[in-house]
Amino acid sequence: MADRIEVGFKEGIRDALGEKTRKRIIDNLALAVTKVATIEVYTITGGLSVAELGDAAAGPLSDPVIQEYIINRPLAKNFDWLIEVGFRPGVTDNVGKTAREAITLLLGENTGERKINVYTSRQYLISGKISPADAEKIASGVLANDLIERYQVVSSKDFDFSSGMPAHVPQVTGKDEIQVEEIPLALFDADALVKISQEKLLALNLEEMQEIQRYYQNPDVIKNRKKAGLNENITDVELECLAQTWSEHCKHKIFNSKITYTTSHAKLTIDSLFKTYIKGSTAQIRKAKGKKDFCLSVFVDNAGVIKFNDDYNLVFKVETHNSPSALDPYGGALTGIVGVNRDPFGTGIGAKLIFNTDVFCFASPFYKKKLPPRILHPRRIYEGVREGVEHGGNKSGIPTVNGSIVFDDRFLGKPLVYCGTGGIMPAELNGKPTHTKEIEPGDAIIMTGGRIGKDGIHGATFSSEELHEGSPVTAVQIGDPITQKKMTDFLLVARNRGLYRALTDNGAGGLSSSVGEMATYCGGCQIDLARAPLKYSGLQPWEILVSEAQERMTLAVDPKKVKQFMALAKKMNVEATVLGKFTDSGKFHVLYGKKTVAFLDMEFLHEGVPQLQLAAKWKQPKYQEPDFPEPANLNKAVEQMLTRLNICSKESVVRQYDHEVQAGSVIKPLVGVANDGPSDAAVIRPLLDSMEGVVVAHGICPRYSDIDTYAMTACAIDEAVRNAVAVGADLDNLAGLDNFCWCDPVQSAKTPDGEYKLAQLVRSNMAIFDYTTAYGVPCISGKDSMKNDYSIGKTKISIPPTLLYSVIGKIKDVRKAVTMDAKRPQDLVYILGETRDELGGSEWFSLHKAVGNKVPRVDATGALKMYRALHKAMEAGLVASCHDCSDGGLAVALIESAFAGGLGMNIDLKDVPYRGKKRNDYILFSETASRFVVTIHPKDQNRFEKILAGNTVSEIGFVTGDESFRITGLKDRLIINEKIGKLKKAWQTPLDF
Amino acid sequence: MNRKVKTIVLTGNGTNCEMEMAHACKLAGADQVDIVHISELLYGEKRLSKYSFLNLPGGFLDGDDLGSAKAGANRFLHARIDDENEMLIAELLQFINSGGLILGVCNGFQLMVKLGLLPALDGNFTKQSSTLTFNDSGRFEDRWVYLKANELSPCVFTRDIELAYYPVRHGEGKFVPESDSVLEQIEKKNLVALQYCLPDGSPTMDYPANPNGSEGAIAGICNETGRLFGLMPHPEAYLHRTNHPRWTREDLPEEGQGVTIFRNAVNFIRSREF
Repeated sequence: MADRIEVGFKEGIRDALGEKTRKRIIDNLALAVTKVATIEVYTITGGLSVAELGDAAAGPLSDPVIQEYIINRPLAKNFDWLIEVGFRPGVTDNVGKTAREAITLLLGENTGERKINVYTSRQYLISGKISPADAEKIASGVLANDLIERYQVVSSKDFDFSSGMPAHVPQVTGKDEIQVEEIPLALFDADALVKISQEKLLALNLEEMQEIQRYYQNPDVIKNRKKAGLNENITDVELECLAQTWSEHCKHKIFNSKITYTTSHAKLTIDSLFKTYIKGSTAQIRKAKGKKDFCLSVFVDNAGVIKFNDDYNLVFKVETHNSPSALDPYGGALTGIVGVNRDPFGTGIGAKLIFNTDVFCFASPFYKKKLPPRILHPRRIYEGVREGVEHGGNKSGIPTVNGSIVFDDRFLGKPLVYCGTGGIMPAELNGKPTHTKEIEPGDAIIMTGGRIGKDGIHGATFSSEELHEGSPVTAVQIGDPITQKKMTDFLLVARNRGLYRALTDNGAGGLSSSVGEMATYCGGCQIDLARAPLKYSGLQPWEILVSEAQERMTLAVDPKKVKQFMALAKKMNVEATVLGKFTDSGKFHVLYGKKTVAFLDMEFLHEGVPQLQLAAKWKQPKYQEPDFPEPANLNKAVEQMLTRLNICSKESVVRQYDHEVQAGSVIKPLVGVANDGPSDAAVIRPLLDSMEGVVVAHGICPRYSDIDTYAMTACAIDEAVRNAVAVGADLDNLAGLDNFCWCDPVQSAKTPDGEYKLAQLVRSNMAIFDYTTAYGVPCISGKDSMKNDYSIGKTKISIPPTLLYSVIGKIKDVRKAVTMDAKRPQDLVYILGETRDELGGSEWFSLHKAVGNKVPRVDATGALKMYRALHKAMEAGLVASCHDCSDGGLAVALIESAFAGGLGMNIDLKDVPYRGKKRNDYILFSETASRFVVTIHPKDQNRFEKILAGNTVSEIGFVTGDESFRITGLKDRLIINEKIGKLKKAWQTPLDF
Repeated sequence: MNRKVKTIVLTGNGTNCEMEMAHACKLAGADQVDIVHISELLYGEKRLSKYSFLNLPGGFLDGDDLGSAKAGANRFLHARIDDENEMLIAELLQFINSGGLILGVCNGFQLMVKLGLLPALDGNFTKQSSTLTFNDSGRFEDRWVYLKANELSPCVFTRDIELAYYPVRHGEGKFVPESDSVLEQIEKKNLVALQYCLPDGSPTMDYPANPNGSEGAIAGICNETGRLFGLMPHPEAYLHRTNHPRWTREDLPEEGQGVTIFRNAVNFIRSREF
C-alpha cells in the first residue's frame, strides 16, 4: 500500500520549470504548446497515518508560501494532456532519498519498525491543441528517457479527476536466493568461449578467454582452489572480476599492445605506446629538469601529483564518460563529473578538490537529418550533459573554471564528455608525505559512502565496446553529489586525524577494481561480499563485486584505528562497512559469508592479460584543394565565422556553472567590460592567504585529424600551452594530461580501416613525445577511451580521433595575470608569431565544405622562445591584454579582444608577418599555431619590443574608442568595417538557449 | 570595547562556502573563527552559546532536493541534540534571544527564510512568511550584480555601504512574500537591506541586473533588530580585488568589498551597542 502526495504551485505563482519545459518542447519539437505546469509527486510506502502524511506534506515536502498539496487525490486541473514521468526500478532517485530522510527525521521515535520509502515522479500538465501522437512524442522525446524512466500519458478526457493517477512503486524485485554459477571452461571450444564472452558482456577476446581457460587447467591452481573449497571450474564471480580487470577501460590493452607501424618508407615496432611515448617522454623531461623536476606521482595513482610550493601539492585528473552520456546524457555526465572528483580525492592519501573542467564534443544541436536507432538528438544530449555537469559540479561546491564545446556531426555516434578535477593537498601530513600510498597486511578493508545496487554493472566492459543494440541499461548510473559531499567532508576530517592509511575510489569495475588495485600494495586481500551494504536485496555476489554504484571509496585502515574511524563516520552520518582485510597471501580471495566464491592469484589477475599484437599502416590522405575565390564581402564572411558553432559564445552554458565558489577566482571564464568575453584559461588562488595561483587550460582540435593526427596532437598541445601562457603561466611549472578518445583502431570485419586508425593513434603518440619534450611539459596522468563508434544495422559512425590536452600550471603572483580584453583606446595592437597559409582543417575551409591539406604545423623551438619572452613582458607588467589565435584565426582573435573590451580597432593586414598565398581571407582565417594578439600601452612600446626582440612580432594597428572594427587589406582597401556591437551580437546568438 | 569576537561557520550536508566565509571573518578581525560541522552541534560537542556570530554559508543543503534548504530547515526544526533532551531549534532560538548575530548567504539565506528567522515580523522566528524560489529564468546563474543598500535599514551588516557589487550563484533566489501586507511591513520597517540595482544605484526589476525576478528587487533582508541578515549574493566571494571580474581593467582597492559586511558584524559585536 502506497500513498501519494502531490505538490504544485498556488494560483498566480510562476512555474519557472513549467515555462522552461514549454520552451524546450517548442524548440525541440515545434509543437503548439500554450502552457506547461508541473506537479511534484511523492509516492510513499511504509504505512503513514493520515496525520503523518499531512505533517510530511505541510512540512518538508512543500513550501507554504507558494505551494499547495493534496494527499491521495489529484491536484491536476485545466490541461489537455497529463504526462507523469518517474524512475524505473533501481534507478537512483536522489529526491526520493532526501524525502525519506526528512520524513524519518520528522517522525522521530514514532517511525518505529516501519520501513519508509519515497519514490518521486513529476507531472507535466500540458495545454494546447496536440494530437495523441504528439503527446507521446513530447513524453518520449523531451520529458522522459525511456531507458531510465517510465511515463504515462493521459488526456484530460480520460483522466480520473476524483482519484488521480494510481500510486506506482518502482521497487526492485529480484530473487533473494544467492547463486554462484560455475562454468566448466575446460569443456569449451573456441566458438563457445567467444559466445560466453559476448553473452555475458565480458568484452574479452578469444585469446584472453583461452588464457583464462589455461589458468584453470594449471595443476597448482587446481590444488590451491581445492584447499579453498573450489573445484576447477571458474565461478561467475571470478569470470566477471577478470573481465573487469582485463577490460580495455582498465588495462588499456591497445596502448600497451605491440604494434608494427609501417609507412611508405619505414617500418617500426613499438612495444607499448604508453611506455614508449607517454611514460617515455615524462621520464626524459624529468631527467632534463633535474633539481627543478616538480613531478611527485605520475601514472601510478588515480591522478597525477605535482609540487605547487614547498608546503602544498597539486593533483589533476581528466576522465571521459562518453558511452553512458550517449544513453542518458544527464546521468552520464553527472556521474562523469562526480566520478572524476573521486580520482584526485582518492590519490595518495586524498586531496581537497579545488576546480573542475569540462570539454564536450557534440554533433550540431541543430542537426536536421534522420537519426539512426538508439541515438538521442544532439540538442537533447547537449542540454542533458550541460545539466548533469551543472548539478554534479555546483552541488559539490567545486568551481567549474575551464572548458569548451567542440562540434562535429560525427560526434553523433558518440558524444565526448571530458570531465576533469584538480585538488590540493598539504605536502606532508602527520609527518608523512601525502602523495604516496602504503598498505600493511592486516589492514581492514572499509567501504564508505553510498550503497551498492544494480546500477553501473558492466560499465567498464560496456565502455570497452561500441554502442550497439544490446548496450545494457544497467551500465547507466546517476550520481548523487550530496552523498559524495558528505563522504568527502568526513574523509577529509579522517585524513587530517590520520585515521586511515590509504584510499581509492570505486569507479569502473567497482570493488573488484578498487580492492584489487589496493591489494597490489601489500600482496593480497580477503573480502566478504555478504557484509556489503546494498540498496535493495536480490544482488548476486558477482553483481556486488563489479557494481559501479557511485559515491563510494575503499580504504585501508590500521586495525587499531577502525573503532575511531567507524565512530567518526557514524557521527558525520556517513555509512562505512568493514568488508575484510588486506593480506600478503598473493590471492584475491572473495567470500560470500563463509563460502569462497573467488580465489585468484593476484599476479594472474593483474599481469595475466596477454599483450595484443597489432598492425598500423600510415598513408597520408590527400584531399582536393578548395578553389573558391576570396569573397568580395569580408564583412559578411567575418560575421559568418563568428556564428560558427566552434567559434561562437558558450556563455549560456558557462553562466550555469558556478565558476567562483571557494572564492579563489582570478581569471574567470568570462571577462571584459561587460563580463562576457571568452577567456583563454583560468587562474585561481587555492590558498586564500597567498597570491600564488594555479593556471588551468586545454587544447583540442579534432578537425585536424582528417589530415594528420600528428599535427592535430601538436596543435592541441601547443594550444594548451599557449592558452596557459596567455594568462601568465610560468612555463617552467606546467604539467599536462593526455586524454585520447579514438574510434576502434583494431582491424576487424566491422573495422576494415583499423590499421589506418591505429596508425593515426601511433602518430598522435609520436607527437605527444616530440612536443611535450620540446616544451618541457610532462604528461602526469591521462586516460584513453578507444571504442567511440556507433554500429547498428548498416550504419556505422566513428568519431574523429580526438586528443584533449589539459595543462595545470602556476603563476607566482596572480596580480600579474592578464586577460584577453582590449583595455584602452590608443593602445597598440601586436601580433606575435608568423602566420602561414595553413588552412587545412580550418573553420574557414569547413565553412566552404572543404578539408584541404595544409594543416597547421607547430615549430616548438620558435614558439617556446617567444612564449618565454612574452612571459617576461607580462611579469614586467607591459602586457595590457593577450588573446590566443585559434579557431577562426587572427580575425576572430582580434574581434573578440575588441568587443570584450567594448572598444574598436584599426588594423592593417599588410603588417601581419605572413608566408603563403596572398589572400586577405587566408591571412584573416588561417589557423597557424603559436600566435597571440597582444595590446600594450604606447608608453611601454620600447620596453615591450626590446623583450620580444628576436621573435616574429609586429605592430598591426591600434585600439580605438569609437566602437568600430576596421581592417585594411593587402591592397590598401578597407575590407572590414563593422560596429563591434553587431559583431558581438552575431557571436552571442547561435547557442543562446 | 575589548570584547572577544567568536564566530562560528556552520557546515555539513551540502554546505560548500564555509572556507571562504571563515576567511572573511578572519579578514574582518574576528578573534576566533571555527568551522563547525553540524554533527558537532548535534553531538553537543560545540555549543552556539559559546559564540556571538553565526555564519550560515552557501551550498546545497541536502542537494536542495525538496526545494532550496527545505530538508535543511526540517533538520533544524526536528533534530535533537544527542544525550540531552534538547532540540537544536531551541539552542538556535536561545542564541537569537541572547543577541547573537546571524548572517545567511545564499543557501544560508534560504535556510533562514524557510525556518522563519527572516523576516520574523513581530519577533516570531519560527513562522515562515516569505520564500525564495526558482529564478524567473528557470536556471542557475553565476553573475555579478550591483546592490543598493538601504541607509534607513536597521541591518548592522550593511552600515556605511551605499552600493555593492557581488556575484550571485543560485537557481532559487527569487524573493516572494506570503502576501502584500508582508511585503509592505518588510518595506515599511526598512527590513529590505539590499536591492538589485543598475550601476547607478536605482533598484530594478529588469533581468539580468535583477537576476531572478525578486519582488521589490529584494536581494537581502534583515529582522527588526538588524542582527539577523540574509542575502542571495555572495560577499564572501569578493575578498580580494582579483575576485572582481574586471580587476584587470579597473582601479580597485586591494581589499574586496565583501569584507565590509563581515567587518560591520565584528565591529558591532565589539561595540557598546551589542
